Amino acid sequence: MTFELVCFYFFATVAGIAALSVISVKNPVVAALCLVLTFFSMACVWLLAQAEFLAVALVLVYVGAVMVLFLFVVMMLDVDFTAVREGFVRFLPVGVLVAVVMLAEMLMMIGVRTLQTPATADPALLAGMSNMEWLGHTLFRDFLLPFEIASLILTVGLIAAVTLTLRKRTGTKIQKPSQQVRVRREDRIRLVKMAAVKKGEVAP
Amino acid sequence: MITLAHFLSLGALLFCIAVAGIFINRKNVIVLLMCIELMLLAVNTNFVAFSRYLGDPAGQVFVFFILTVAAAEAAIGLAILVVLFRNRATIDVTAIDTLKG
Repeated sequence: MTFELVCFYFFATVAGIAALSVISVKNPVVAALCLVLTFFSMACVWLLAQAEFLAVALVLVYVGAVMVLFLFVVMMLDVDFTAVREGFVRFLPVGVLVAVVMLAEMLMMIGVRTLQTPATADPALLAGMSNMEWLGHTLFRDFLLPFEIASLILTVGLIAAVTLTLRKRTGTKIQKPSQQVRVRREDRIRLVKMAAVKKGEVAP
Repeated sequence: MITLAHFLSLGALLFCIAVAGIFINRKNVIVLLMCIELMLLAVNTNFVAFSRYLGDPAGQVFVFFILTVAAAEAAIGLAILVVLFRNRATIDVTAIDTLKG
């Protein structure tokens, strides 16, 4: 058992336990934090598979952005989490049954005993490049159009998220600077000529 | 030595945990979204492992694209969730039955 394998088992165990707590804890904030731990452990596993760039991207994109978004939403919404937890016990047996059967089928298909493909040397190093260079060559040579479409998807996602949550409130008092600037003296002030009168005297 | 089967088994394990999570948290949309993220992570692990053991960078490029789409999906999903909570004051999936489907 090499050191690499020990590390793999350690990260896999942490990821599995954290994933189990994601689906079973009561508090969604704790669930989100456990999901962060899962992502981090899996990033370590990806590092063991020499996918350095993707491991860093996973931490940056998921732990840095997506999970923070999740935490924001969970903390912003005042949800009654005891109500949405009803049926947890009722669906527990069927859920566990389906998952176990699926896992058994998948492991049979993978053939843990038969498919002992030994690791070859790192393909990126064989090509004399770092992982990032290796990935970049493929990404910008063969997948340039999908790369640009991905940027389009992100833009559409950004606009969609903003327009979905944007709302017009009625009855709020807000300033409109353009109208404030455009106002003229004549619109607001009217000078009225009046005869001067003394106190107690009735105007003619 | 870590073999391909190790990575695939880990991916299968995570995927099945996510499936079980979708079954037992049927009412809580937030945890459902988290389970979908877990599933994507499991699939990405398979892609990374195959890319490593077959020496093909296309697998890792695919993971890159899946990460992009998943980020957009999470953003839009959470935006829909916020709008839903604003209109219905609940995130219970079974309470969303206006269409009577």
